[in-house]
Amino acid sequence: MLIKRAADIRSSEITDKKLYLNRREFLGTSAATVGAVAAGALGAEALLQAATPAPHGRKLDNVKKSALSVDEKPNKWEDITTYNNYYEFGIDKDSPSMLARNYKTEPWTVAIEGECAKKGNMPLEDILKGQTLEERIYRHRCVEAWSMVIPWVGFPLADLIKKCEPTSKAKYIEFTTAYDMKQMPGLRSPVLRWPYVEGLRMDEAMHPLTIMVVGLYGEVLPNQDGAPLRLAVPWKYGFKHVKSIAKIKFVEKQPLNTWQESAPQEYGFYANVNPSVDHPRWTQSTERRIGEFLRRKTLMFNGYGDQVASLYTGMDLRRNY
Amino acid sequence: MSDRGVRFVLKPIVFVASLGPFFYLVWAADTGNLSANPLADLTNETGVWTLRFICITLAITPLRKLTGWNPLVKFRRMSGLFAFFYGTLHLTTYAIVDRFAGLDQAAGWVEALSLGHAPGGALIASTLRSLAKSIGEDIYKRPFITVGFTAWLSMLPLAITSTAGWIRRLGGKRWNRLHRLVYLTGILGPLHYWWLVKADVSRPLTYAAVVAALLGVRLFWNRARRAPAPARASATPA
Repeated sequence: MLIKRAADIRSSEITDKKLYLNRREFLGTSAATVGAVAAGALGAEALLQAATPAPHGRKLDNVKKSALSVDEKPNKWEDITTYNNYYEFGIDKDSPSMLARNYKTEPWTVAIEGECAKKGNMPLEDILKGQTLEERIYRHRCVEAWSMVIPWVGFPLADLIKKCEPTSKAKYIEFTTAYDMKQMPGLRSPVLRWPYVEGLRMDEAMHPLTIMVVGLYGEVLPNQDGAPLRLAVPWKYGFKHVKSIAKIKFVEKQPLNTWQESAPQEYGFYANVNPSVDHPRWTQSTERRIGEFLRRKTLMFNGYGDQVASLYTGMDLRRNY
Repeated sequence: MSDRGVRFVLKPIVFVASLGPFFYLVWAADTGNLSANPLADLTNETGVWTLRFICITLAITPLRKLTGWNPLVKFRRMSGLFAFFYGTLHLTTYAIVDRFAGLDQAAGWVEALSLGHAPGGALIASTLRSLAKSIGEDIYKRPFITVGFTAWLSMLPLAITSTAGWIRRLGGKRWNRLHRLVYLTGILGPLHYWWLVKADVSRPLTYAAVVAALLGVRLFWNRARRAPAPARASATPA
């Protein structure tokens, strides 16, 4: 049982600005002419404020192909850069594409903390020093039952971990997303407890499939996809893929990841893609690949079972969801 | 505004405006102006418009009382039927993109239609069986689907008996009693939405607050009316 520390003002007591603005807007419209006329116009206006695909960025040099890529057709740049769950930039799928446009990712440093020899702030240049970038075309499965195929560019997380020289006490690795009230309008809304935290067990983190992502389609990673540095663990649900990483901490105990904290009966620590364990409110046995009409059958470990199933031998995946 | 003005000018304008979201969605889906997941957008938008029309319908009587502008009541049936219209689109979209598209038979349909011939009788029969089973199981298994489907069901008798003929057949009193079902629709709709969202409940909360206010004001008026003359019974659904 976890006893949470109460903040000075409980978040439940604060009326979210967006909420009262929404409410005002709603009351305004429904009062006007029995709503219908005005509402028609308003809804269209809201929809017309359209998502914008990311502008194309700097090409990354010397990106190697990888044998770990899947042989499936990647989703379009437009899909991958307009359909994002990135609540720091709003809760709608298209809001990060509009609100993250001017997010500053240079210069960038990552705080390295906890059970390791090389504590301190590590500039992104140092993280990338001597690192060969690879294109990894991965299946990406969201817990909301949609999926994409994404040509990430990155490098094994294991390489970065080695640079930090973790001690024998480092059993887990904890990631924290940047927390910048000035630049991330979504933080004003208490939908989740900020900053966003995710974690992996050390063997999961060291797995060759687990990568730090810095690019997409051979270009610098767009802001809405988690620039400048994000995680990809393709056998796990999307929410494990923590974005815009500001802190990496080596810890002895299993971290409490944000979504688990938010709804522990729905989101666990492991979050391995598993078609036989439904989300309490919807099925995980099928998924919609973005761009397709027919739903696909979801694969165990998102189809990466041959590579990763051995990490979980003897574990009850129904309990460790 | 004169009666004729309401009937021949205002009503048609409101009618066309109410179809606006529908035509917008058709246009946006056709021209690729929805998101990367247009099928989810169609499901969400038709659902949201159902809720909006439920709120509008429930707002008419209180607004009429507040403004004293009685012709407003002439828009009550229309907006109720639009709630049912968008609700039915919502249910149909769900049945097709969420259930049908996950059936083993769906690939057969896509193949047949892409080759330009109609799916065979056996395929149609087995699809309908599987689809009914799939929807039935979903309604049984998932509370938010149970609630959403019940909300749609609660509108069905109201839509059917919305004609002048049915009012006559049932008699005003019984018709009024039946049409109080819309209060249930008003409660179930936001609940359905609430149960579906992942973390941000602000939008479902908005609808819940509007419905609560609209039902609350009725309770308040009913009490105020009853207080001085408790013997008088009124069966008018407000």
